[in-house]
Amino acid sequence: MSVEIVSAGPMLSVQDKGRTGLRHLGVSTAGPIDAARMALANALCGNPVGAAALEFAGPAGGFRAKRPVRFSVTSGGCDIRIDGRLVAANESHRLRPGETLAIGVPQGAVWGYIAFSGGIAIPETLGSRSTHLRSGLGGVDGRALRAGDILPLGEDDEDAPCLRPESPLRAVVRRDGPVRVVLGPQNDYFAPEIVERLTEEEFTITPQRDRMAMVLGGVQLPSQRGHDIVSDGTVPGSIQVPGSGLPLVLLAESQTTGGYPKIATIISADLARLAQMPVGAKVRFSIVTRDEGEEILLADRRNMRALLAGLVAKPEGLLRSEYLLSCDLVGGIFAPEEIVQVASSQDGGTLR
Amino acid sequence: MTATDQPNPATRTTMNPTILPCGDSALVLQIGETIDADANARIIALNAELEARAIPGVEEIVPTYRSLLVRYDPEIVRGADLEVLLLDAFAHQADTRDAGRLWTVPCLYGGEVGQDLDELAAMKKLTTQEVIALHSGAEYRIYMIGFAPGFAYLGGLPDILHTPRLLKPRQNIPAGAIGIGGQQGNINSVGGPSGWRFLGWTPLRTFDPARAEPFLFRAGDRVRFRAIGADEAQELAARSSAGETIIQPEPSGERA
Repeated sequence: MSVEIVSAGPMLSVQDKGRTGLRHLGVSTAGPIDAARMALANALCGNPVGAAALEFAGPAGGFRAKRPVRFSVTSGGCDIRIDGRLVAANESHRLRPGETLAIGVPQGAVWGYIAFSGGIAIPETLGSRSTHLRSGLGGVDGRALRAGDILPLGEDDEDAPCLRPESPLRAVVRRDGPVRVVLGPQNDYFAPEIVERLTEEEFTITPQRDRMAMVLGGVQLPSQRGHDIVSDGTVPGSIQVPGSGLPLVLLAESQTTGGYPKIATIISADLARLAQMPVGAKVRFSIVTRDEGEEILLADRRNMRALLAGLVAKPEGLLRSEYLLSCDLVGGIFAPEEIVQVASSQDGGTLR
Repeated sequence: MTATDQPNPATRTTMNPTILPCGDSALVLQIGETIDADANARIIALNAELEARAIPGVEEIVPTYRSLLVRYDPEIVRGADLEVLLLDAFAHQADTRDAGRLWTVPCLYGGEVGQDLDELAAMKKLTTQEVIALHSGAEYRIYMIGFAPGFAYLGGLPDILHTPRLLKPRQNIPAGAIGIGGQQGNINSVGGPSGWRFLGWTPLRTFDPARAEPFLFRAGDRVRFRAIGADEAQELAARSSAGETIIQPEPSGERA
């Protein structure tokens, strides 16, 4: 069982829960930039939330499977087509042999996720399948995927239903309000009025971004004690300030140690929201205490668990509007529920 | 060996730790703000103490020059409680000074990878042989592994070889490159861009994900360089690429 990459966008890579426990050896976590969206993509396919899936930015590409699989795409309002027929994001669908799945550019988001039922079953490197592009580790030869790559899939129950969230999906990540930070560890390198600038002014998302970090523009944060520290540990969310004064936010693929002072750290619950902002977007920061940040993280995890626990089977006999719109309905339909009944009765047990 | 790059077993300086928040899932315990072998030895001893205590909720510990970063899961241990546990571990850590394992690293000086050797000698008004003798005559301490997988930061570079980084980094420095950045030495673990100046190359693979033990070094180990010729470099490189570990360390010992 495998998935073939028919065409690949420039930033299509295998990611899973990431590599933990190796930061003291210089190996960063890698893993998804937006773990919540990837967890949802996996759960919609019946996979464990940390299973290996695909992450993309820009167009994702085209995909074919040798046997029937279920897949889901989580990324804003992405254009997703099976042999040209539009299907919805944030729910799973069946992809049959011979059909081509084409996935376009995320709309209103930067990073998107594609999960396949069974999960991508390439061999693990240092305990994870995640690709670390900078050091060429994990994934497929440590690189972004290319047309012609064949990705093996894990065990899958072909009779399992396609899933969707119980109620219409509210944003998996919060969409409004300032991005919250905890000050430190080197906020004392900055004069009080510069720390105030962090929350009083508006920063801009610049095009200088990848899986490692994103550079913010619009506001400079000069340090009164210089921009070199004796290198120490970093985490995803660290806001480093190099000599340019323009803050640099570290993401999943960041280096494990760094020599620039870190004015603050973005809280875990808000980091993906920042990373999903398009180039040119404006962002404001607000300060919370470490204790508040922890409470927000715990609440965020509870919400995520509730969302994932509330996934329900899609009534596969029910013809969805996009399907009906794609059909050549000769003679028209004036009683669509009749078609639904016929289709449902043929479908039997999947209506759970 | 320089006086400052190996911990002095005779002194046990009092160092007051500071705990700094690093977001909602990490803390930093820091002693001092400079590169100091004693502080680094305390950090590495604290790392060992924390590993032995296996505090529930602690996910990763990253020792660096003079601080230790602890990543935790606030669902299992809250930061405020972890601060108390960290300070207790610091106050009660075993009073030992592990001297670290000693590695002798073969180095092919000069050549394509060691492209800065001759220029460095000219800058320092030394002969190339004198630079090699200085670099291979010192004993280095691995203060930390960081930045990239297996990348070793070395202290103990003779003062006369301290040299600022290049203004413009080069794009493709190979794995195994041995260089100088400011007061530090390094052994490149993976290829990539670098603004350091490079004196040589080792066929030793300090990081090889395909090997049973992917990482050779850990923080606190000691390193010496041994000059080798091109023939030996080629032979060692062949064994290295076959997945063989081509050097063994001398075991560590207690110094306290």
